Amino acid sequence: MKDGNHSHANVLIPDVGLRVKALESLLAEKKVIDPAALDLIVETFETQMGPKNGAKVVAKAWVDPAYRKWLLEDGTAAIGSLGYIGVQGENMVALENTPEVHNVVVCTLCSCYPWPTLGLPPIWFKSAPYRARVVIDPRSVLKEFGLDIADDVEVRVWDSTAELRYLVLPMRPEGTEGLSEQELASLVTRDSMIGTGLAQSPSH
Amino acid sequence: MNGIHDLGGMHGFGPVVVEQDEPYFHEEWEGRMLAMMIACFAAGVYNVDRFRHPIEKMDPHHYLLASYYEKWLCTVEQNCIDAGIVTREEVDARHAQLMKEKAA
Repeated sequence: MKDGNHSHANVLIPDVGLRVKALESLLAEKKVIDPAALDLIVETFETQMGPKNGAKVVAKAWVDPAYRKWLLEDGTAAIGSLGYIGVQGENMVALENTPEVHNVVVCTLCSCYPWPTLGLPPIWFKSAPYRARVVIDPRSVLKEFGLDIADDVEVRVWDSTAELRYLVLPMRPEGTEGLSEQELASLVTRDSMIGTGLAQSPSH
Repeated sequence: MNGIHDLGGMHGFGPVVVEQDEPYFHEEWEGRMLAMMIACFAAGVYNVDRFRHPIEKMDPHHYLLASYYEKWLCTVEQNCIDAGIVTREEVDARHAQLMKEKAA
């Protein structure tokens, strides 16, 4: 972009990847961090964290009424009982979607997101358009995600904080009575747990 | 603090752009940055509030254009400087050296 006084090029850090490398090498030399530990963290995120964890929470809540009740009353404990605890998921609240209420989650101030259940947030979740608009015009944002929420359904927008994270419990799709918990989990998309999507139907 | 990070309710940013099948990391350094952010947190270099504060003090133009991993670099670097672990001059010098090696 050329607009006279400044361009993107001189606002952003030049060769940012090399500055990350510079900082990492200095911190390693000063024994603040261990590069091998960084390798392990990256591998853990790439292999063990992600929305498949949250999908297991949702599927369990669909088939087990006692678990569902626990999840809605004490999300942190119920989610933690499946092993999904840790950084950026210390305090969890589950939000139940019903025929009357559709929940959607944002972090207007930064990018707070429940890592243990959903992994790292997609870029759109961290982007200015989503953070700015979903709180004042959620229905039009949801429409961009292909989600047409009927006028008689209340839309509730939840703003995450550094301390408190949300997981949407989407409605169980119709025609899934005979499915196993594992099969149900495969219908639970990341977006359905943010509230910008629905769980998939089995015919999808 | 009423800064550029407080985006809720602002107009004019346009439609939400969704990347299909987005990978966790678009470039290798993003993964290194994530891991360094967690490792420095574990090492006690900052807490959550100290981590967020330098991001909220970023130049507004830079804030809006930078990726989240670039924002994390800004705050981890600033926190390491504030904690007396490194100096800006050390990071600048190492960065310049790596860029020079790459160009060579």
